[in-house]
Amino acid sequence: MAKILVVTSGKGGVGKTTTSAAIGTGLAMRGYKTVIVDFDVGLRNLDLIMGCERRVVYDFVNVINGEASLNQALIKDKRIENLSILAASQTRDKDALTQEGVEKVLNELREQFDYIVCDSPAGIEKGAYLAMYFADEAIVVTNPEVSSVRDSDRMLGLLASKSRRAEKGEESVKEHLLLTRYNPERVSKGEMLSVTDVEEILAIRLLGVIPESQAVLKASNQGIPVILDDISDAGQAYSDAVDRLLGKDVAHRFLEVQKKGIIQRLFGGRE
Amino acid sequence: MNQPDLLINDPVFQFKGSMLAVTVLELTHSDLDRLRQQLANKVEQAPNFFRDTPLILGLDKLAGGESRLALSDLMQLCREFGLRTLAVRTEHPDDIAAANALDLAVMPPSNARERSITPQDSVPRTPQKPAEPVRVPSKIVRTPVRGGQQIYAPGGDLIVLAPVSAGAELLADGNIHVYGPLRGRALAGVKGDQSAGIFCQGLNAELVSIAGVYKVAEDLRRLPHWGKSVQVSLSDEMLNILLL
Repeated sequence: MAKILVVTSGKGGVGKTTTSAAIGTGLAMRGYKTVIVDFDVGLRNLDLIMGCERRVVYDFVNVINGEASLNQALIKDKRIENLSILAASQTRDKDALTQEGVEKVLNELREQFDYIVCDSPAGIEKGAYLAMYFADEAIVVTNPEVSSVRDSDRMLGLLASKSRRAEKGEESVKEHLLLTRYNPERVSKGEMLSVTDVEEILAIRLLGVIPESQAVLKASNQGIPVILDDISDAGQAYSDAVDRLLGKDVAHRFLEVQKKGIIQRLFGGRE
Repeated sequence: MNQPDLLINDPVFQFKGSMLAVTVLELTHSDLDRLRQQLANKVEQAPNFFRDTPLILGLDKLAGGESRLALSDLMQLCREFGLRTLAVRTEHPDDIAAANALDLAVMPPSNARERSITPQDSVPRTPQKPAEPVRVPSKIVRTPVRGGQQIYAPGGDLIVLAPVSAGAELLADGNIHVYGPLRGRALAGVKGDQSAGIFCQGLNAELVSIAGVYKVAEDLRRLPHWGKSVQVSLSDEMLNILLL
C-alpha cells in the first residue's frame, strides 16, 4: 500500500523542498519506488533542486486538467532508478489545484509507487492544505527559531483537525519533526533554540536534526539532492532521517559542538 | 438514672422542607406508541440528561376524553428510557387507586394548592431521592492543542491531557484543567461563573482569565509561580495564583 508523505512547515524558507528532494531520493535509493510531487504551483522549485528543470514538459496542473497523461508528466530521475518527479506549473496559481483533481492524481500515483512525497508550499492556504490533506505521514520541517516553531505548531494543529484522516475519524496522520539549519555552536551560546526546546514545545517524535551546512546550498545550486553528498554532515543526517522514517533505530548525530580534530578523526574512522 | 433515659429526648432526625427541581412528564394524550417514539427522539438528543432522572408523571393535563392509561405500563416505558418515576400528579380517582396499588406517591395537580389528602389516599411516600443537579459532562481533550486552535467546553469543565501551545485558546463555562504545560490562553467561567478555576502543570500562559478578570503573560512571568504547577482562582475581583 502506497504511503503519502507530506513535507510541510507553515513558514517559508525553512528547507521543505531541500527535505522533499533529500528524503524522496533517500527512499528511492533504498529500493522504494518513489515520486516527489511539487505542490508549490506558481513558484516551481523542486525541479531545480532535483536538477531536472530542463526536462519539464508537462506538469501537475496539466495532469489535473487532463491535458497530459500522468506518464507524460512524470520525469524519471537520471541518477536513481526508482525515483520520479512531478513538477508544479510555473505559469498558473494555486487555484488551479482542486481537491478532486489532486485526489485523482494521487490515486493514480498510488498504483505505481510505494512512496508519494508531497512538497508543500509555505503558508496554510489552498496549496499547503491540499498537499497535506491526503497525507498518511507528515514531516514537519522546523528551524530552531521561535517563529518557525510557532508556524509548525499551527501546521500540526491543521494536520490533526483538517486532514482527510482527521475528517474521516481514521488513525491520525503520523507526525515527524525534522529540525533543519541546526547550529550546535549557536545553541550553546544561547542564540538558537536547542533540540530539547523545540521537542518540548511541539511534543512530537524527532525524525532528525540536519546541521547548518555549506553543502546544502552547494547541492541546491548544482541540482543534486544533498543526500547524495554522503561526505557532508547534512547528507549523512538526511540519510539517518530516512532510516528512522523506515523504522530503523539510529542514534542522533551532529547535536553537539565538536572540536575540529575530533570531527576529522570521526570521519577518518568511518571511511 | 441510666443511659437510655438520658438519650430518649435526643433527636435522631429532623424534618426539613426543601425545594427541588424535578422533571415532570406532562401527558396530553394517552397514546403510548406515539409517546414511545417521541420520547426516544428526545432521549437521543441528550442521553446523559435522561440517565436515571427522577421523574413525576403528570396525568392531570390529560383531556377528559382521553382514556386512562395503565400506570404500570407507563412507568415501564419511562424506565426503558432511564426515567425513574417518583410520583404521579393526578386527581382522577382511578389513577390515585392505581398509584396506591403500586405504592407510588400521589401529588396534587399543578394548578391546585396543596390539599389535604384523605386518609385512604395517604400512602407511605417513597423516600424521595434528591434530584441530581443537571450536570454537563466535562470535555476531555487528549491530543496537544496547537496554536490557532480554539476549544470551548459549554456548560462545564475542560480537561486537557496534553500540552497547550502558544496561540491556542481554551474556553470553558466551568473550570479548566491542563495536565501539561499551558502556553496558550485559558479563559474559565466565560459565562460569569466566579467560582471557576484554572489548574495547570506549567504556567506559561499568554493569558489567564476567570469570569472576565484576566492577567496577561507580561504580568504572569514576573511571578515566582511562572512555569510551575498552579491553580488560579478569583476572589474579590482579583486573580489568586497559588502553587499546587
